[in-house]
Amino acid sequence: MNESRNPVELFEEKAKAVSALVTRVASMREAVAYALDVCDTKQACQLLVSGCSEPLSEKGQALCETKQQKVIAAPGLPPELFAELEAGARERGVLCVEKGMREHLGGVDIGFTLVDFGIAETGTLVINSNSEELRLATMIAEFHVAVLSRSKIRETSRDLEAELAALTSVQPSYTAFVTGASRTADIERVLALGVHGPLELHILLLED
Amino acid sequence: MQHAKNLKEYRAELREALGDEFLRQAMDKFARFYPGARARAFAGMDVDGLIHEIAEAKDKAAARMDELYEAFKAKAEAAGVVVHLARTAREANEIIAAIAKENEVKRIVKSKSMTAEEIHLNHHLEAEGYEVTETDLGEWIIQLRGEGPTHMVMPAIHLSRYQVADLFSEVTHQKQEVDIEKLVKVARRELRPRYIEAEMGISGANMAVVETGAIGIVTNEGNARLVTTLPRVHVALMGLDKLTPTLAEGLRVLRVLPRNATGQAISSYVTWINGRNECASSPDGKKIMHIVFLDNGRSALARDPLFSQVLRCVRCGACANVCPVYRLVGGHRYGHIYIGAIGLILTYFFHGRDKAKNLVQNCINCGACKAVCAAGIDLPMLIKEIHARILDEEGHSAPSTLLAAVLKNRKLFHTLLRSAKLAQKPLASGGYIRHLPMLLAKDQGFRTLPAIAAKPFRDLWPRIRPETKSPRYRVGLFSGCVQDFVYPEQCVAAVNVVAGKGAALDFPLDQSCCGLPVVMMGEIEAAREVARQNIRALDPGKYDYILTLCASCASHLKHGYLKLLGDDPAWAVKVRQFADKVIDFSSFAHDVLKLGPEDFRKDGGSVTYHAPCHLCRGLGVKDAPRDLLRDAGLDYKPSEEEEVCCGFGGTFSMKFPELSAELLAKKLEHAEATGAQTLVTDCPGCVMQLRGGLEKKGSSMRVKHMAEILAQQIK
Ligand code: SF4
Ligand code: SF4
Repeated sequence: MNESRNPVELFEEKAKAVSALVTRVASMREAVAYALDVCDTKQACQLLVSGCSEPLSEKGQALCETKQQKVIAAPGLPPELFAELEAGARERGVLCVEKGMREHLGGVDIGFTLVDFGIAETGTLVINSNSEELRLATMIAEFHVAVLSRSKIRETSRDLEAELAALTSVQPSYTAFVTGASRTADIERVLALGVHGPLELHILLLED
Repeated sequence: MQHAKNLKEYRAELREALGDEFLRQAMDKFARFYPGARARAFAGMDVDGLIHEIAEAKDKAAARMDELYEAFKAKAEAAGVVVHLARTAREANEIIAAIAKENEVKRIVKSKSMTAEEIHLNHHLEAEGYEVTETDLGEWIIQLRGEGPTHMVMPAIHLSRYQVADLFSEVTHQKQEVDIEKLVKVARRELRPRYIEAEMGISGANMAVVETGAIGIVTNEGNARLVTTLPRVHVALMGLDKLTPTLAEGLRVLRVLPRNATGQAISSYVTWINGRNECASSPDGKKIMHIVFLDNGRSALARDPLFSQVLRCVRCGACANVCPVYRLVGGHRYGHIYIGAIGLILTYFFHGRDKAKNLVQNCINCGACKAVCAAGIDLPMLIKEIHARILDEEGHSAPSTLLAAVLKNRKLFHTLLRSAKLAQKPLASGGYIRHLPMLLAKDQGFRTLPAIAAKPFRDLWPRIRPETKSPRYRVGLFSGCVQDFVYPEQCVAAVNVVAGKGAALDFPLDQSCCGLPVVMMGEIEAAREVARQNIRALDPGKYDYILTLCASCASHLKHGYLKLLGDDPAWAVKVRQFADKVIDFSSFAHDVLKLGPEDFRKDGGSVTYHAPCHLCRGLGVKDAPRDLLRDAGLDYKPSEEEEVCCGFGGTFSMKFPELSAELLAKKLEHAEATGAQTLVTDCPGCVMQLRGGLEKKGSSMRVKHMAEILAQQIK
C-alpha cells in the first residue's frame, strides 16, 4: 500500500501512531540540546521517578529512595559527544553517566542513545544492545531519547534482512526492536504506558 | 482450568460464567473491537498469502524438527549456551530446577511463557523452595490470585480494575486507588526490586532461529528485557515447534503475530538474544545461559498426518478472539491451560482426555477460528476429530450410537420423521410445537421449535416437478432433512425461482440427511456411510450442479465429504467430482443463473441479513446473497455482526441450550435494531433458530429463507 511513500515520512507517521514523539534535528548538537531540554522540563520541580509517589510496600519505597538527583544515562556515545552532553548536564545540576548503570536501577530520568536502523512501516528502532550498559539505559530510563540517522531508515523489515541477519548472528549479541514506549493493556484492556520500560520514547531523526 | 468431571458439572460452570456480568462485558467489548483492529492492521497486505506461507514453512520445519534441533543446538553451544531437550513436562521442570540449584539461585523472575504454564513450572519451582515472580503485569496479577490465564495474550482480561486495586492493596499493605494508570505504576515500582534481587530469569521465546543461533522474544511491556538482562542466569523455555530455519521466516511470523493477536502492527519490543551476553552480575561478566526445548508430545504430533498442523500455531490467541463461545464464557471455561480453539485441541494432547472431553463438545462449528488463524490451521475439523477419538476411547453414548444407527438407515430415519409428525399432533399449532414433551423441552424454552410439516418435500415433488424444455443446466437438488421434513416450502420456493430460468431440476428420492449431525456427535463411521449413500443418490456424472439451500449441508457436502472419503480409493474420484458440483442457492441464483434487477419486482420492503457460518466462512460466499437482496428490489439494511453465529449449530443447541440462547439473543437484538421488516438468511437451521427466537419474543419481524424472499419478488 505504502509502496511509493518516502520512508522517512512513513517512519514518522508510524512511530507517532504508537505514541512516540518524533522530532527532526539537523545536527548532533541539536540532539544533545533536545535531550538536556527534555530533562530540564521533565517533572519540573520534583526528582521522583514514576510510581514513587504512589503508596508502595517498604521494599518498593526503599528502591525509590536510592535516587537522589536527576540523571541522564548516555552509554555508547562517541567521546566528544558525551563530553558535550556531560558539560550541558553539569550546568543544569544533572548527573550524566555513561556506565555503572546497575548503580541506578531505581531509575534514571533520561536514556540518550544512538540507533542503528529504523523500520518505516512499523515505526521501529533497531538497536544493537550488546553492551549491557546501553541495554539497561534503554530499559530503566523514564524517557528514552533515541537518535536515528534518516539514511538508516528502510521501508520494511524485509529490506533490512541482511543487516538484521548480520546483527543477530554475532555471538554473543543482543538486538532490540523498539516500537513506541513500554505499554500494557492488561487491566481492562486500557492502554497504559511505561509499565516496565520507558514512559516516553522520543525519536530524533537526524539529517545526514 | 478444567475441573468438571462430566458434562453436567461443566454446564454448571458455564452457567456460572454466563452470570459474570463483568466478564461478559469485557469479552463483548473486545470481541467487537478486534475484527476492525485486525483489518486495519493488515490493510493493504496480502494476509491470506502470508498465512499460507507461514503454514507451509511451519509444516516443513515440523517435518525436520529433529534435524533443526541438532543444528540449533550446535550453533548455540558454540556461543557457550547450554541447550537441553526435555521429553516431558516433568523432565523440563527438573532440568530447570537443577539449573537453579547448580547456580545457587533463590529468587527467580519470569516473563510470560505459555510453555511454562503448560508444564506448571511455577508450581514445581515453588515446591522446590524457590521464590518465583511473574513480571508481565497480567501474569503477575493472576499469579497473585492463584489463577491460570484466561487468554493467551491478555491473561487477566477477566478481571476489573477494582479487583486489581484490592489485590495490590493487599500486596503493598497500602490502600491503592482504583486508577489504572496508578496501578500500573505501582506494579512498575513493586516489580523493579524483584528483577534486581533475582539470580535467575526465565523467559519463553517465540522463535529459535537455526541459521543465526538467536532466540526471538516478543513482548509489549519490556519485562522480558529486564528478565534476560539483570539476573546472572537466563533460562529460555520453548516448545520444539518454535525452531525456525531462517531469520526471514521469523520476520514473516513477526509480520503476522502481533497484527493477528491484538491488531498492533508490531509489539513494543522484539528481543533477539544470541549466546552469553555481557552481564555484570555474573562472576565472569557473562550471562549463564540455558535453553530448554520441550517436546511433551510435539515430535509425535509432527509425525501425525492430520494433527501435525497444530504445530504451526504461533500462539497469537486470535482463535479465541473471534470464537462466539469463548466470548460468552471466557478462558477458564474454554480451555485448560491453552484456551480458545487451539486450546481445545492442545488440552487433549498436553493435559489429557479427562480435561478435554467436555471442552471439545463445546464448539458450535462456526468456523470463525479457522478463518482468522495466523497459521491456517483447520481448527474446527481437528476439534471434531478429537471429539470422535475421545468417543472411541471412552465409548459412545447411547443417544449418539442410536442417532448414528438411525441415520445410516434412510428408510428407518424417514419413517421415524413421519411418525414423529403424528406424535406431535396434539402439541402443534400454527406450525410451531407449543408444548414439547417434557423430555425434549428441557432448557429449550428460549425458542419455539417448528413442527414437522404435513407433507415432506419428497411427497410434494412428483406434483410440482417442473418441465424444462431445452435446459441450460442439469441440476440435482439436495434438500437436507430440515427442508425436506420441516420447511418443504423453502424448496418449493426455490423450484419456483429456478424453474423458469433454464435449469432442469431433479430430486432423487434416495437422498438422506447430509450426515453433519453425526459428525458433530463424533460418529465418523456413520458419517462416511451417509456420505456414500448421498453420492450414490446424486451421481455427479448426471448433473452440472448439485444445488442445496442449506448452507450447512452445502459446506459439508463440498468440504466434509472430501475429508471423509477423499482417501478411500474406491470413492476418491466420485467424491471429488461430487464436491466440485455442489453449489449453494445464492451463488447459483446470482453467479450461474445471473438473476439481476430485471428479473425482480420493485418495492419489496426492508430486509436485513444473517450470514450463515457455513456460507460466509465455510464456502466463502459473501457478496452473492447481499447483491441478490439489493437486486431483488429490497431495501437491504446491514445489521451489526452479520457474520457472527446465530447459536444454532444443530446438536450444539440441544447440548448447550444456555449458550445457544445467548448467541440468539444477541443476533436478534442486532437484527431488530436495523428496523427491517424481514430477516433473510440462507440456511434452514438458521431459519429455525431465528424464527423460533422471534416467535418466542413475540416480535413482528419475519424470517425468510433467501429462496422464499426471491420467490416473492421474482417476476
Ligand atoms: S468453530 Fe466456532 S465455536 Fe468452534 S472453536 Fe472455532 S470459533 Fe469457537
Ligand atoms: S491456532 Fe491459529 S489463531 Fe489460534 S493461537 Fe494458534 S496461530 Fe493463533
